[in-house]
Parts: sequence; C-alpha cells; structure tokens
Amino acid sequence: MMNEKRLVSIQTLCSHYNIEISFVDALNQMGLIHIEIIEQNHYVHQDQISDLEKIIRLHNELNMNLEGIDVVFNLLEKERKLRNELNVLRNRLKLYEND
Amino acid sequence: MAFVDYYKILGVSKTATEKEIKTAYRKLARKYHPDLNPDNKEAEIKFKEINEANEVLRDPKNRKKYDAYGKDWKHGEEYEKAKQQQQRQSQRQSSQQGFSNEEYSDFFESMFGGGGRETFSQGRSPKYKGQDYNAELHLNLKDVYTSQQQILTVNGKKIRLTIPAGVENGQVIKIKGKGGVGINAGPNGDLYIKFIIDNQTQFKRVGNNLYQNIDLDLYKAILGGEITVDTFIGKVKLKIKPETQNESKVKLKGKGFPIYKKEGKFGDLIITYHIKTPIKLSEKEIELFKKLQKIRA
Repeated sequence: MMNEKRLVSIQTLCSHYNIEISFVDALNQMGLIHIEIIEQNHYVHQDQISDLEKIIRLHNELNMNLEGIDVVFNLLEKERKLRNELNVLRNRLKLYEND
Repeated sequence: MAFVDYYKILGVSKTATEKEIKTAYRKLARKYHPDLNPDNKEAEIKFKEINEANEVLRDPKNRKKYDAYGKDWKHGEEYEKAKQQQQRQSQRQSSQQGFSNEEYSDFFESMFGGGGRETFSQGRSPKYKGQDYNAELHLNLKDVYTSQQQILTVNGKKIRLTIPAGVENGQVIKIKGKGGVGINAGPNGDLYIKFIIDNQTQFKRVGNNLYQNIDLDLYKAILGGEITVDTFIGKVKLKIKPETQNESKVKLKGKGFPIYKKEGKFGDLIITYHIKTPIKLSEKEIELFKKLQKIRA
C-alpha cells in the first residue's frame, strides 16, 4: 500500500514549480503522470517528481507540447532498455573475447 | 581564458537577425538538451555552450557589448582588467534562471559577471532540482564480492558510500541529493555513479554466475576420481564421474557471485572440463592404446 507520506499535494507542486493546476491535470490525462485522489485531495507520488521536473523543463525550455513530451518519454524508455541490453551483451561478449 | 565565438557555436553569421539566432538556438537546444541525452557528457557541455551563446546574443545590449569586445579581442587585456575590477566592485547575484556559476565559461564570467545574468531573469522563477552529477568508480571484481564502504570526494565534498556486494560492471546507482545545489531553493540534484569492474581473476562473470575452465587429465575423465578446484572463496573437492566428456559442465550451486541486494544469496559457479590428451607417449603407452583401440573396434 502506498504510503501517504510519500505523496505530494498538487497545490504544493504548482506553487513550488510555478505551474497551473490545469497543466498537471493535462499531464494526468495524457498519462504522463499519475494523480492519486485521497479524500478528494489530489496528490502525486514523490517517485514521479523527477519526471514532472523533466516535463516542465522540456515544455518551458524547448517549447514542447505534451504529445511531443509523451513521444520523447517513450523513446527515452526504449533507449534506456536498449542501453541496458547493450551493457549485458557487452559483459557477455567479454566472456568469449578472452577465450 | 580563451575567446568564445558565440556565433560559431550557434552556427549563425555575425549579421544574423534575432529571429535567426532564436531559431538556431532552439534547433540546437532540441538536439543537445540534457533531458534528451541522458549520461551524455558531450551533449551536456554542448548544451551549456549554446545556452551561454544564446544568453549573450539574444539580448541586443549584451550582443553589442560582445561584438565590441570580439572586435578588440587581440588588444582586450586592458578591457578585461577593467571588467574584472568592475566585477569585484559589483555585488554578485546568483542565477535567476536555473544556471549555476560553473555553467558559464570564464569568458562569459569575465565579460558579464554575475550582474550580466540579471538581464536574463524573467520575474518569478520556479524552483528546480540541482544539476545531476555523473561519476565513474573503478573497482576490482574481488572488491565487489562483499559489501564495502568507500568515501568518495565529489566536488570537494566527502560522500560515504556503501557499495552492495554483487554490483554489475556498467551498473549505475543513484545517490539522492548528492548532486548540484538546487536552483532557487529547489532540491539538490542526484549523484549517479557508474561502476567499472575490472576482472583479474581466473573466473568469468555473467550476471551472478561465475565460469571457470578446468583442465582434466584423460584418465580421470575416463575412470572418474576426485579433483580440487578453486572457487571465489576457497578450494572445494569435486568428484569426477567416469566417462566425463570434453566440454561437459558441472554447476556448483551457490558458489557464484553474490546477488545484488539479496543478502546471503549467490549465483552458481559453472565449471567446464577441458580434457587434456597425453603427449610424448612412451612405446609401452602407445602399445596399450592400440590394444584399447582394438578392443573398441
């Protein structure tokens, strides 16, 4: 069960990052972040904060729209998996290289 | 301190319009943005360069100043001294837009100082997490067989680090809050440590399993027997089955490498037998082998 202490309220986030609640809602609708609702209060789990910061930076610094950010996130995830796979294969290759 | 050609960095001519500069900056920023290039130090440096170039060239006042300085660059020593004096007198202000001091070149600092950045501030600034740091830690395979404590010095700060046993070559671990200081009182960045593990043992490691080749003499391979083999933590006795084939493998369960963050759990040690055919046979041996050959035939 998710610990409530690890949740950050949407109001706090909006004030901290100087963003609108509607922006966070839009991110939730796009599936870019997940909003938890507890007793009618809206929260984001702290594990998602780094993603949220990345979204804000891409949106503000590169003028990316949310669809573009979604595509970028998917591609970065694919890249991460491929890099991990490459790492495992490199380590495995070493096993045969020294034979 | 080297002169920095901001026009060259953005790939625009000295007569470029504001719109051309903006377009060039946006194009390069999309290419080199750190969020789009994780773990790419080259892109990170490039992004800082293009940001710095943009900070200067997008502002007509700063651009004019830069152009004048650029023109007199070869005779700019006196100008530089005067600027430095001016800087000492002026009170330095921290960045307003998410760039720490070290993100600007010496050239920029000398020319615009801390005050130069005031031009770029845009009212109420959001809080941002500080810069993430990347570091590499080189260890021997033997070092990571057991959990151990290390003290690292990152940007002058000492960080006590527990390295869990079983960490993989190329594995990256995150240490929360040990990166750059947050911007506008935002949280600190994180420290990412990549482990480079050098293996100088006779074992080969794939994941949690260790592999070892063992030479086996022909007679033991045929008749069976007992041998002593090295494991990572000592020697063990091993029974050889009669009629053991070349390249056959045996698995010693739990004699491999520790499983990362699973205390007391280990991978396996896989031994491959390489049967050594005897050489320099005596006449009697040849005779006996011939007899054996006839029996088999």
